[in-house]
Amino acid sequence: MTLTDRQQLSYIASQAADARLNVELETEGMTLNIGPQHPATHGTLRIIARLDGEQVVWAEPVAGYMHRGYEKLTEVRTFPQVTSLINRIDWLGSFANEVPFILAAEKLMEIEAPPRAQVIRTILFELSRIANVSLFLGDLGVQMGAITPVFLAFRDREYILNLIEGATGGRFHPNFDRIGGLKDDLPKGWIQETKGAVKKLEEFCDTIDDLLFGNEIFQSRMRGIGVIPADIAKDYGLSGANARASGIDWDLRRDQDLPLSYDLADWKVWTHPDGDSWARCWIRLQETRESCKIVGQLLDQIPAGPVMTKVPRIIKVPEGEAWVATENPLGEMGYYVVSKGDLGPFRVKIRSASFNNISIVPWALKGVYVPDIITILASLYFILGDIDR
Amino acid sequence: MAQLSDDTQTPEGATAPAALPGDGLREGIIDTLRNDIGDALIDTLLKPNDDLWVRVSTESWLATGQSLKAAGFTYFCFLSAIDWMPSPFGNSQDDPDDEPKKIDMTIKQGYTGGETRMQVFARVTDIDRHVGITVKADVADDNQVVDSWSHLFAGANWHERECHEMFGIGFNNHPDLRNMYLPGDFEGHPLKKDFPLLARMVKPWPGIVDVEPMPDFEEAADAPAAEAPAGAIEGAES
Repeated sequence: MTLTDRQQLSYIASQAADARLNVELETEGMTLNIGPQHPATHGTLRIIARLDGEQVVWAEPVAGYMHRGYEKLTEVRTFPQVTSLINRIDWLGSFANEVPFILAAEKLMEIEAPPRAQVIRTILFELSRIANVSLFLGDLGVQMGAITPVFLAFRDREYILNLIEGATGGRFHPNFDRIGGLKDDLPKGWIQETKGAVKKLEEFCDTIDDLLFGNEIFQSRMRGIGVIPADIAKDYGLSGANARASGIDWDLRRDQDLPLSYDLADWKVWTHPDGDSWARCWIRLQETRESCKIVGQLLDQIPAGPVMTKVPRIIKVPEGEAWVATENPLGEMGYYVVSKGDLGPFRVKIRSASFNNISIVPWALKGVYVPDIITILASLYFILGDIDR
Repeated sequence: MAQLSDDTQTPEGATAPAALPGDGLREGIIDTLRNDIGDALIDTLLKPNDDLWVRVSTESWLATGQSLKAAGFTYFCFLSAIDWMPSPFGNSQDDPDDEPKKIDMTIKQGYTGGETRMQVFARVTDIDRHVGITVKADVADDNQVVDSWSHLFAGANWHERECHEMFGIGFNNHPDLRNMYLPGDFEGHPLKKDFPLLARMVKPWPGIVDVEPMPDFEEAADAPAAEAPAGAIEGAES
């Protein structure tokens, strides 16, 4: 197709007009407020952005609309009661929140869950990661105006939620992990059902890969946008997929010694050198696939035996301090538990992944264009309960 | 440690994970720190192959951060504080009908000791060597101010804001110590132990319920089984 003279002339004229405009147009500063109620904020996060024309000069997230004071509340609970609170931190992957706290309490008590409980814990942990991240992958499309993926995500996440409900009795807040093991054993037929569901989720990942990651518009909105270099990411304490997308080879499932059964499975830690929005989303897609792989392999390796070790009926955790962090769906989530030998903890510092992940927003949004605010926020992936606690 | 296959390496050919750190590694960290800050390193606690705690003097809080960052601890994990005073309001785990217990108000610090009621503590991680360290420092009772780490680790900015709001600890040279969660004119610092949890003052948490014997142990013996659940449901509805 060749351009006519007329088209060429009008093109040159419009370019000239643009150039004149850019030189002469005095842009006026403007403050743009996003949220607290905005579909892109997954809850109640408010972003204040100071704009110069279409560019962000300065931006600041305002958190705290959902602060529930869990650190204070844990001080008036007994150790077993705390898990029902901390379920609500990252509500899409609830079971994963319980594990580090229980592991910290077990570390202080110097007990360990039986092997069967460890494997089931790991399976449920990875299932909550799949449930959490599959919703992220679906929601990613909505941020850019694609409606279909989110329906697929809600449909396929249901398989996982049904499994979690089948095993624990709760779809969103299992409260299933106990000091010394698990509340209950797996129900009959659960393993076979899980194998089927994991296959469905693998298919979902393939669909999302085609539908979203293969989409030209998606790539052009994501590639090269919101680049975070590795040293900045470490400085802000970015963890999880956000760190690995900046080329930081750091995964707490692999890089620390915890009584969880990741060593029984053969899986990969993915990193990406780019550090842009696309890399962060792509890493999460690969991690969902890896989680499916882990679950599929562990289902064949559940040892026989009890799911609960012998613990006293009234649990008193010996005096001491323990820090345990695990690789949660959103990143590094850890609990610094201080016990004074009482029924309840003396102090619990909850280090949630989203708090650090979102503190980079003022840095990451500097200089970007207005439509990119949404994609960068979406790719950083936060859960409000995980920021505010 | 995970026994991983060769393809655990990332597709981009990043380096394989280093071997798990042992005692030697953590002792080396203490030596490096002592070399840098000298006597300001007050106490250390090393749990072999597990974790490391150090306590430094308040004045050397920033120097410690700099030394650790130079030693490879570039990943900022968290920063917070502990109020070591026992809560004068108890921990709501006693039967509310009993006589209130006398609370022992002696302040007793945890690992690596301390001399003050408040302590700040932070955790930084060396991602290459797979080792983390918890650093603590006393905060003087009459002058609750320490140096800010926010120019050292950008992530400390928000953590210090939260810490200032919750514990009332000031941070020198912090760019912006506004409240994070609470309204700007909120009085008090909620995570201090002497800040009452009002909801618990009004109605004690029935934490004791958990350690009562199950109903079927006692009540089933002296009450007819059919009546007890019916009464419970009535009570719930009214």
